[in-house]
Amino acid sequence: MSALVISPVLVPLATAVLTTLAGRRPGIQQVLSFAGIAAFLACALALVALAAADRPAEAAFGGWAAPFGIQFLIDRTGAVLVLVTALMGTASLVFLASDADTGPRHPLLLPLVHGLLAGVGGAFATADLFNLYVWFEVMLICALGLFAIGGRLDQLDATFKYLALNLLGTLLLLIAVGAVYAVTGHLNFGALAQASEALPPGLATLVLAALILAFLIKAGAFPLFAWLPASYHTLPAPVLALFAGLLTKVGVYAVLRTLGDVFAPAPELLYEALGWIAAATMLVGVLGAAYHWDMRRILAFHIVSQIGYILLGVALMSEAGNAATLFYTVHHIVVKANLFLIAAILWRLAGSYDLRQIGGLYALRPWLGVLFLIPALSLVGVPPLSGFWAKLLILEEAIAQGRVAWTVVALLVSVLTLYSMVKIWMEGFWSPHPDPQWRLPRARLWPAYAATLGLAAVTLWIGLNPQPLLTYAQAAASTLGAH
Amino acid sequence: MAALLALVIGLLVGCGVYLLLRARTFSVILGIVLISYATNLFLFAAGRLATNQAPLVGEGPPYADPLPQALVLTAIVIGFAMTAFVAVLALRARGEFGSDRVDGKPREDGP
Repeated sequence: MSALVISPVLVPLATAVLTTLAGRRPGIQQVLSFAGIAAFLACALALVALAAADRPAEAAFGGWAAPFGIQFLIDRTGAVLVLVTALMGTASLVFLASDADTGPRHPLLLPLVHGLLAGVGGAFATADLFNLYVWFEVMLICALGLFAIGGRLDQLDATFKYLALNLLGTLLLLIAVGAVYAVTGHLNFGALAQASEALPPGLATLVLAALILAFLIKAGAFPLFAWLPASYHTLPAPVLALFAGLLTKVGVYAVLRTLGDVFAPAPELLYEALGWIAAATMLVGVLGAAYHWDMRRILAFHIVSQIGYILLGVALMSEAGNAATLFYTVHHIVVKANLFLIAAILWRLAGSYDLRQIGGLYALRPWLGVLFLIPALSLVGVPPLSGFWAKLLILEEAIAQGRVAWTVVALLVSVLTLYSMVKIWMEGFWSPHPDPQWRLPRARLWPAYAATLGLAAVTLWIGLNPQPLLTYAQAAASTLGAH
Repeated sequence: MAALLALVIGLLVGCGVYLLLRARTFSVILGIVLISYATNLFLFAAGRLATNQAPLVGEGPPYADPLPQALVLTAIVIGFAMTAFVAVLALRARGEFGSDRVDGKPREDGP
């Protein structure tokens, strides 16, 4: 099955090359892009089917066997995340076909989006620490391209901030990878898992702390999230949804992979520290969101806040915690991307992202209000939506372990999240529009509605029928850390 | 030799962080470059320090570890591309803003 295991990288990369070559013909470029994402989605489904049947796709490259050659290994955890990546790619490409995003279309936009998907897919597929660093770099360079191609002043400024802070994280990651190699002599996940058992606890704590810190910068955890709200709001909406859904989650996945799988059980101090970092991330993120009036900034701070919940699952250091983490990640990627897409529709219809300058949409577009409430209430954790089950799983495990402080923070943050979502709903839909001359603009929005409705359907499906995903996540968690 | 190398890496990171914290794009770029040099040296040292030894397994016991050398090579190539990108970006921003301050106030709330 060596052909399928490289598909998360090869398919988007090939699409990126083909769409670059077709850069002068937007029609052909669009068709190629859709064909590429459809192929990616099909490969991802096949990978999930293989992983669920306990035959994870696996290959080692360069003519060297596994511990020495670079290995790709897509187990249940990786496969479901590759599938969600393909789903997000599809949603944002469909959304791009509407005129909800009014900016001029740069010929490099589609190639860069597919390059980004290749980076994310590679990170989920690889079983090699240095290779993981390379995929982080692929993501970073494509993300920078997507920031910079707009060429507006605020975008250039955001690119520079994003680049400076992320590059620092990348360099720290490289140092940590070097340190891991120096103390264990391996980079392959399987070999590292074996070698790490012989490490003295003090040395393991030091090396792993550097590694986790680098991943936390990428994940946007407290106190290293400054790059995220400083830059995300300058992106065009469909790309923003892709960033919001996927990029920080790759950092979280890397934390799960290292602390929950490869180096598990790591020294307890690391899990304890991660738990408090997670609590602080939740709280600071949600308070930052409460302060802002720009929908994109509010939602960007909620990314940070939700990262806290996911990290809390890893910090609980148990199989149930890891299963909850995976469940939460899948739910969160879908919901977060959908919220950004719906915010873009709001912007197109009402004319601004600033909540003080819009309103009155409920009278004209009542169903859009209902559509917004599905991901918004799911983010809060209202039953029976997907977020309720995700939070239930994490809090159940936290209470079972007697982590009262973390549980209280998590519940408090849920209430504050509700405040932010109600704020958007009241100001955007319920209160009258401040400009009496305002009329609904004409726009071809059906692809945007198709994308958001599709994602909302996924949220509803997970919410009403959580058992399949839960069983899958528990099976995935049972193989993590088993070596 | 190990102590000297550690000292040099520490000095490079220290200077890099100082430059990174300054509010001008040029110093920030220099800071990033210095830290990436330090990172490359550190990565190289991860394979233990050895002089006059071939990086070839199979030639007999005294050989240098070839893997960190391959890693450093990859890191240098990626770092070079990043530096080129950030330099062009800074020049473009300098041209558009008319200033090279990182904390300049750009227009708020574009579409």
